[in-house]
Amino acid sequence: MRHDTDNRTTAHVTVDGLSFGYTASPVVRDVSLTVEEGEYVGIIGPNGSGKSTLLQLVLGLHEPDRGDVRLFGHPSRAFVERERVGYVAQDVTENTTEMPITVAEVVLMGRFPHAGFGRIETADRDRAREALQTVGIEHLADRRITKLSGGQRQRAYIARALASEAELLVLDEPTVGVDAESVAAFFDLLDDLNDDGMTILLVEHDIGAVLEHTDRVLCLNREVYFDGPPDEFVETDALERAYGTDLRRQPEASAP
Amino acid sequence: MTAITAHTFATAGSALVGQLGAPTDALGWLLDRWSDGLSAVGETFGIEMLRYGFMHRAFLVGALIAVMAPLIGTFLVHRQLALIGDALAHTAFAGVAVGLFVNAVLGVGVSPYLTAVVVAMIAALAIELISEVTDAYNDVSMAIVLSTGFALGAVLISINAGGLAVGVNQYLFGNLATVSRENAMILIGLFLAIVLVVGLTYKQLLYVTFDETAARVAGVNVRWYNRIMTMLTAMVVVGAMQIMGVILVAAMLVVPVAGAAQLARSFREALLASVVLAELAVLAGITLAYQYEATAGGTIVLVAVAIYVIAVLVGKAKASREPAAETRSIADDRIAD
Repeated sequence: MRHDTDNRTTAHVTVDGLSFGYTASPVVRDVSLTVEEGEYVGIIGPNGSGKSTLLQLVLGLHEPDRGDVRLFGHPSRAFVERERVGYVAQDVTENTTEMPITVAEVVLMGRFPHAGFGRIETADRDRAREALQTVGIEHLADRRITKLSGGQRQRAYIARALASEAELLVLDEPTVGVDAESVAAFFDLLDDLNDDGMTILLVEHDIGAVLEHTDRVLCLNREVYFDGPPDEFVETDALERAYGTDLRRQPEASAP
Repeated sequence: MTAITAHTFATAGSALVGQLGAPTDALGWLLDRWSDGLSAVGETFGIEMLRYGFMHRAFLVGALIAVMAPLIGTFLVHRQLALIGDALAHTAFAGVAVGLFVNAVLGVGVSPYLTAVVVAMIAALAIELISEVTDAYNDVSMAIVLSTGFALGAVLISINAGGLAVGVNQYLFGNLATVSRENAMILIGLFLAIVLVVGLTYKQLLYVTFDETAARVAGVNVRWYNRIMTMLTAMVVVGAMQIMGVILVAAMLVVPVAGAAQLARSFREALLASVVLAELAVLAGITLAYQYEATAGGTIVLVAVAIYVIAVLVGKAKASREPAAETRSIADDRIAD
């Protein structure tokens, strides 16, 4: 099911001169980055720095104002091989508080792009079960997803991405509302997946976790302040500049 | 001039009916067999109400409504969109008024339910477009569509007063006795269309219902499925209106679904349970309504609410046993699947 037709040298994510603004002031300004196969990239930045927006642009959920965003070499707005991308957001179950749906049903959604209008086959169910095994919550398959803890639920969404046979995993602050112990286990799981070849693009508020686990740090506050390995990042003043300018700007922004 | 136009319309109308001849005949044949069957059951067990053809049709229409209303309602309720059913029911009333108006002015015999389907589906698209432009389903635009529909209906009917006022109650409150052969066939058509579309798009609808953003990332065209969903809602509402009436029809989309959510663990179970609960409510409601000469729509809703209360109590009792279930072995969970 891997897509070998694609040129091996094609990067998973290519962002070039990207700008995007909800209103007049840009949320993302002239951002360029490339994520190659197998990389583990952590994006950090203060609140409102455009981290989540950047992810949504990468996923093709918004039309960029300027610049170019590509997934696997294709413009992401028109990208069709959607099963290659897995997406884990902040815990979404607030909106679906009491929706009756089991973990197994949610994970099986990862097979939907493969099935299209066709039937879900036994092979699809097997894949979903394997994915649940990989993330270690197979025993919760028949629970309602709303009855799980935050950490278990995020594992279920990872399993959905695995069931989809995703090659790129995009996570938007996945550990919000997850207890500390589960957070550690969650990052271990991401490490394991990355070791097995999964490309990971992670937005995370916990700077320490990003420095500890990722191969590459992207420090963002509307524009890119730093892009490189964690050990180089701690030696620069990018963190202070990115977070500091935000602090100085805040009184201005709240004025009229 | 008017006479000529009316004549032209009448001829066009009968030509249309002629073209639809074959499927209509087949449906008619099925309806007759259903009637024969229920008569036989009535004879055998001495059930008086099964002697009447209108009751045969009422039970058939009721049973179909109890499948399609919760089927669509399950998707709506779990997206907090239950209000859409109510809004579309009120615009369907405008559709009924348009039908009665056209019939009176042009002297043709179009079923008001057909015009109701058309008008409700246009309103459904309007609601969708408004929500796409404003990027949210908002209460205000829904309330505007709802009142516009009802006001339009009221005005059209009052302009046409006289003979028309008599017929309005049946649309507002529903009526068992007025389920004609033609209307039963319209309902069967709506039923088939709804079940077919949901069957084809179940996965996409489920994905959109559970998590719209993830569905978009997964390449589901969320806008299209939202449109499909509201169109289906319009069809259900008009179909169920015959028995339930404009005012109570939304209850069939919501009450059985809310009850089922208390009992089911998976989405599939919830769908199935909501249909079972709705069938119970409709069949018991129609029987009681006949027995006590009460209005069917109201009786069905009261039974449905009673069932909902029982479901809540059962659900609570189950939940209080849940801590014990926590220690249950994984093997038990698998057997339940």
